[in-house]
Amino acid sequence: MLINRRNLLAAAVALTALSSAAHADDTIKMGGLATLEGAFTVLGEDGLRGMKLALQEVNYTVAGKKIEVQTGSSDASPESAVKAARKLVEQGGVQVLIGPLSGSEGIAVKDYAKTQPNVTFINGSSAAQDTTLFNPAPNFFRFSTDGVQWMAGLGDYVYNEKHYKKVAVVAEDYSFPYSQVEGFMLPFCKAGGHVPAKFWVPIGNKDFSSVISALPDDVDAIYVALGGADAINFLTQYQQSGGTAPLIGGSITVDQTVLGSKGAIRKAVIGTAAAGPTADAWDDPKWQAFTAEYKKAFPDGFPAPSLFAHAYYINTKAAILALQKVNGDLSDGGAKFREALANLTFDTPTGPVKLDHNRNAIADIFVTEVVEGPNGALMNKVIKIAKDVNQTLGEPEADFLKIGPATRDNPDCK
Amino acid sequence: MTLLDSKSLATALSGPTRRLPFDAGYLLLAIALLLYPMVASPFFTFQIGGYTLILGTIALSLMVLAGYGGMVSLSQMTVAGIAGYSIAIFGTNASGVMGLGWPWWVAVPFAILIGATASALIGMLAVRTAGIYMIMITLAIGTAFFYFVRQNYAFFNGFNGFHGVNAPTVFGIYWRDPVPFYYLSLAIATFFFVAVSYMARSTFGLSLQAIRDNPRRMRAIGFDVAAHRVFAFFLSGVIAATAGVLLVWFNGQITAGTVDVNAAIDVLVVAVVGGLRKPIGPYLGALLFALLQNFAIDLIDPERFNTVIGGVFLLIIFFSPDGLLGLWERIRTTTMSKSLRPALRRKPSK
Repeated sequence: MLINRRNLLAAAVALTALSSAAHADDTIKMGGLATLEGAFTVLGEDGLRGMKLALQEVNYTVAGKKIEVQTGSSDASPESAVKAARKLVEQGGVQVLIGPLSGSEGIAVKDYAKTQPNVTFINGSSAAQDTTLFNPAPNFFRFSTDGVQWMAGLGDYVYNEKHYKKVAVVAEDYSFPYSQVEGFMLPFCKAGGHVPAKFWVPIGNKDFSSVISALPDDVDAIYVALGGADAINFLTQYQQSGGTAPLIGGSITVDQTVLGSKGAIRKAVIGTAAAGPTADAWDDPKWQAFTAEYKKAFPDGFPAPSLFAHAYYINTKAAILALQKVNGDLSDGGAKFREALANLTFDTPTGPVKLDHNRNAIADIFVTEVVEGPNGALMNKVIKIAKDVNQTLGEPEADFLKIGPATRDNPDCK
Repeated sequence: MTLLDSKSLATALSGPTRRLPFDAGYLLLAIALLLYPMVASPFFTFQIGGYTLILGTIALSLMVLAGYGGMVSLSQMTVAGIAGYSIAIFGTNASGVMGLGWPWWVAVPFAILIGATASALIGMLAVRTAGIYMIMITLAIGTAFFYFVRQNYAFFNGFNGFHGVNAPTVFGIYWRDPVPFYYLSLAIATFFFVAVSYMARSTFGLSLQAIRDNPRRMRAIGFDVAAHRVFAFFLSGVIAATAGVLLVWFNGQITAGTVDVNAAIDVLVVAVVGGLRKPIGPYLGALLFALLQNFAIDLIDPERFNTVIGGVFLLIIFFSPDGLLGLWERIRTTTMSKSLRPALRRKPSK
């Protein structure tokens, strides 16, 4: 019995010794963190497809060094994202971490990044504005834009072109939709529009009847920032209750599931304006080539890369380009690599991208509208492209910071 | 189960020789646990070691109720969460909601008291039911608390909860650094482990086990069955609430997701997979749970790792309904009987 225990102890010691495995000099350890559990599983899988795509382009090699990828999974909660990041960094020894996927996760991982100054954190697709605008971490980079930027041009467009003056808001209740609503409202309110009522619903809400019955009658349109099943549920129930107001979408509202739907919703979503960092049906050759490459690599993926695949692709691509610039040399704790990242400018399938002083991307944003395509299928047609959108939407930074972090009640223009 | 009970009963009844379970095995285990941070990396010390001790302590609170009281409660995570939220609300947080700024030496005992009181209240609602009905009612309470904190912004800050809830710095040591945090968790886990082992042999513990085995007879001989059960809920609440305070320091934050239905069920899984008969069981279950949660993703295609976790738990329960504890004891009896066999064979010839 004693021997048994001693064996057990020896095994435990051996197990812990594994943890301090030495770095090999000819490999670069990269971590990919995405939601592979919970409500956003499908989106997380597509995010990792984008990361793989960027790595496949260089055959997982930079300057003769092999890139070794480890995967971490979260369930969209900040705790799980930090736990997975900690495992990849402290146990797996990754030098570059790509991720996470969702808004509140990004804020938590950024806070964790501050405790690991020698590891470089590059965002996945998380798009809460706070992550880089308030208390940024010097080693956290975001080459994908944030949820406020994703709305650039939409508020002006619906006010001036569509002549919506009063808009009600229905959105999910967490940090990413807060950013989206802020990005929509700031230009919209500035142009003279009003938002008389905002409704915040929990993620995974099934019954929208109380929201629908409380919607004011005299609004010109409804701004809907819901994702996945929530968007479908709301749109269906709104149609069934006889609602006729036109819709305005957030960046993940009008996706392929909504466009592919049949019946009454189909008619109702035609004419829905939205904005985001990608546009499925954009006819630009670079975007078309990117879509073709994605489809070829992942026949079982989506019909077109989602904005999650796009964001992970861009961020991984940035890591690869900066690694090439420093010849894959991370021996100084990544200091040179981070400097290369900060000064990096490159062309993506959706146009040029560069970073601001908070290490947040400045890039192009697409305003789209749902139209019936030539073969009868619905598609997001590109209406206009907002060029070089920065994190403050072109406002002077001091003025913009005065608005404060986006919350349920901020901004406000009743 | 009966074998163990009669043994503990005998030990307890023999009066002066009543002793705590300190044999050589526990001494070795204690030394190994004390030396662990010297050999382990900070990751293993904090995220595996610290987390195992916290999760094990929450599951220990369930073990007290289920193992000694025969009451399966799914609201242990809720009690831990109530204490965790209390720390964020009465102490300090970085979310800009509540955060009354009480010093830790006021906030911590107060949070534990709130958690334990909440547990006793849950007990008052639940103890008049048994079996599946008690599971249902405690699950309902846990679910209701989850939805309440997720939608209440005035006190609980809704979906986002509280972040920046830091462990205190006492004696110049920041107690969330891996090694201090590990020893803090170890001290608390050890304290409750010994306390529960002692309680099991105390008059109260024995009455509780007797109530588990035959409540009607205990009522007939004059015991207040409901009061005993509610007090058991209170004691288990103290354990869960203390672990809840550690959990919020471990994560540095608490959100509605900390107390959701999955978390509530995880506690039950940990306790059942570890074994409900002895206080060491929940800690074994928690260790397995922490290791699987962190490393299952390295064993298989990242999109399928939850299948591995589920599969391992299923296998353990399939081969040993008593969980890891039962598996361990079965191995021990086989090796023991093997070494005893020659002696037994020699005996008749002697």
